[in-house]
Amino acid sequence: MTPVQPAPTTRHAIRAEGLRKRYGSGKTDKPALSGFDLAVPTGTVYGLLGPNGAGKTTAVRILATLLRADGGRAEVGGHDVATQPRQVRRQIGFAGQDAAVDEILSGRQNLEMFGRLFHLGPRAARHRARELLEQFRLTEAADKVVSGYSGGMRRRLDLAASLVLAPRVLFLDEPTTGLDPRARNEVWDAVRRLAADGTTVLLTTQYLDEADQLSDRIAVLSAPPGEGGRTIADDTPEGLKNLVGGDRVEVVVGGTEHLAAAREVVARVSGVTPESDAATLRISAPVTDRVEALTDVARTLRDRAVDVVDLAVRRPTLDDVFLRLTGGTAAPVPAPAAEPAATGNTAPEGAAA
Amino acid sequence: MSTTALPATGPERRLYWALTDCWTIVRRELTHLARQPSLIAWQLGFPIVSVLLFVYVFGSAMQVGGGADYRDYAMPGMFAMTMAFGFMNTAMAVAVDKDRGVIDRFRSMPMAPSAVVTGRGVSDVLHAALDLAVLAAIALVIGWRPTGGLPGAVAAFALLLLLRFALIWVGVWLGLKVKNQEAAGNLFAVAFPFGMVSSVFTPPSLMPDWLGTIAMWNPVSATAGAVRDLFGQPMASVGDSFVETHAHLMAVVWPLAITAAFLPLAVRRFQRLSR
Repeated sequence: MTPVQPAPTTRHAIRAEGLRKRYGSGKTDKPALSGFDLAVPTGTVYGLLGPNGAGKTTAVRILATLLRADGGRAEVGGHDVATQPRQVRRQIGFAGQDAAVDEILSGRQNLEMFGRLFHLGPRAARHRARELLEQFRLTEAADKVVSGYSGGMRRRLDLAASLVLAPRVLFLDEPTTGLDPRARNEVWDAVRRLAADGTTVLLTTQYLDEADQLSDRIAVLSAPPGEGGRTIADDTPEGLKNLVGGDRVEVVVGGTEHLAAAREVVARVSGVTPESDAATLRISAPVTDRVEALTDVARTLRDRAVDVVDLAVRRPTLDDVFLRLTGGTAAPVPAPAAEPAATGNTAPEGAAA
Repeated sequence: MSTTALPATGPERRLYWALTDCWTIVRRELTHLARQPSLIAWQLGFPIVSVLLFVYVFGSAMQVGGGADYRDYAMPGMFAMTMAFGFMNTAMAVAVDKDRGVIDRFRSMPMAPSAVVTGRGVSDVLHAALDLAVLAAIALVIGWRPTGGLPGAVAAFALLLLLRFALIWVGVWLGLKVKNQEAAGNLFAVAFPFGMVSSVFTPPSLMPDWLGTIAMWNPVSATAGAVRDLFGQPMASVGDSFVETHAHLMAVVWPLAITAAFLPLAVRRFQRLSR
C-alpha cells in the first residue's frame, strides 16, 4: 500500500465497514462484533444503543485505536484506525466506562499531566488545565486529591481529561453509568456544549432516555444468540420512532365487561381494529390526529358510560423501537431516575424491566 | 495558546517525545511518593520489622557460622529481600492503572506508548533507591557498619538496584496479567517464599538439602551473597557450590537473565491489550 493517502474526506468523522471482532480463540465463545457498520457525519452526536453484550464497547474501543479489529475497516477523521493510529489519536478524546484519572494526584495535576502527554508545552498544559477546570466547575476542588472527589466530579474530570486537545471526535463509553441524576445532567450539559462547538461525539449508552436526549442519530446494535453485535437500525430518534408507527390512543378500562364497548369506540375513531389485551384491560390503536382522536374517544366513552381507568395518546418511545427491533428479548434498561418528560409527551411507563 | 499536538516527525523527534513522556510519567510517580510519604513507610515496614525481630529477638540464638555477627549477616540480606519484594509494588501500580482505565487513556493518546513502561521502570528504580537509603540509615542507627570501602558500597547498591530493575519486568508482566488489583495483592503469596527461601536470613547450607539447593539458586541469594561480600561482612558459612562461590557473577547474570526473559513478555502483554 502506498503511504500517500487521498485527502481525508471529512463528511464523515467516523466510518466503519463490516467490523468483526472475536475475543480469545476458543471455538465456543461468541464473537463480540460480526459486521458492524457506522457512518457518523462530522459535527453530529451519535448514539450507539444496545443491550449488554451487543458489542458497543468493543466497537468504540476499536474506533479509539485501543483494540484491533479482526476484519472490516474503520476510519476516524479520515485516517485508518489500524494503519494510522497515531494520526487518529491526535484527533480523538476517549472517556471509557471508568473515570480513568489518577486518584492520588489532584484534579489540576491530572489535567496538567495529560496535557504534557498530549505534547502541549508545560505552560500551555497549565493554561489548558485551568481552562478545563473552570469549564467543568472544578476550580474549587482543583488542588484536592481526586480520591476525595464525588462520582460526578470524577466523571467531569475524566471528561475534561479527554478534552485536553479539544478533540475533533470524542468517544464516550457509557458516560453516565452509575451516576446520580444530577451528575448525569451535568455530563449531558457538557456533551451538549461540546456538540454545539462542533465536536463529533460518539456515545454508547444503555439508557434509551440518554440516547434520545443527546443524539442527532442513533445506531441500534443487537446481538442475535450465538452471534456478535451488528447494526440493526440507524436513524434519527424520530425516524426510529416512526419505524414502529405514529401515535397511538390507549384506553384502560375498569373491568372486562367494559372491554367490548371500549373496543368498539376505539375502532370507530381510529378506523382500524384495535389491539386489546384482556389481562391488562388495555386497548390501543394507531391514530393520525392526536387531539381529535383523544377528544373523540373521551367523549364517546363518557356518553356510553364506559368505566375508564386511564386514557392517553402516546407517542412511541425508543423503548417501543427497541422492543420491536430486538424482538422484545433484550431491552436496555430505562434510566434509573427518569427526567421529567422533557419532550412534553405523555410519559410512558418503563416498558423494559 | 495552542491546543494542537506538535507533529512528531522523524526519529529524533520521536526519541525526544519518548524521553519527555517518560519523564512526565516519572514525575507522576514521584508526586505519588511526595503526596504519600507513608507509602514508603508501609513498604519498608516489613523489612524494618524483620530487621528488629531477627537482630534483636532471634539474633542472639542465630549462629550463621564463620564467627559472623548475625546483624552483619542479615542486613545485606534485608536489602536484597526489599528489592525482591519490590516487584509487588510494580505489579500493584500497573494493575491499578489497568483497572481504572488509566492505561487505556494513555493508549488512546498520541504519546509515546513506550513511556508507559519506561516511565514505570525509571520511577521504580528511583523509588527503590529511596527505599535502600532509608533502610541503610536505619541499619546504621542500629550499629551496622559496612567495611568494604566506598567502591564496595557503591557496587553493592548498584547490584541491589540491578535486581530490582530486573524484577520491574516481572512486575509489569504480572500487573498486566492479573485480573484486578485485588489479585495483584495476592501476589504476596509468591513474593514471600521468593524472598525468604534464600540466603537472606539463614545460610542455605544450614537448611535441609533440597530446600538449601532451592535457596542457593534463588537470585535473591546471589545478590545477598555478593552484597555481603562487597560490604565487607564476613561470609559466614558459604557453601562451595558454583553459585555460592561465584555470587558476584550470579548477582549480575540472574538479573540479566530475568530481564531477558521478562522484558519481552511484559512488552508482549502490553501489546496484547489491543487484542
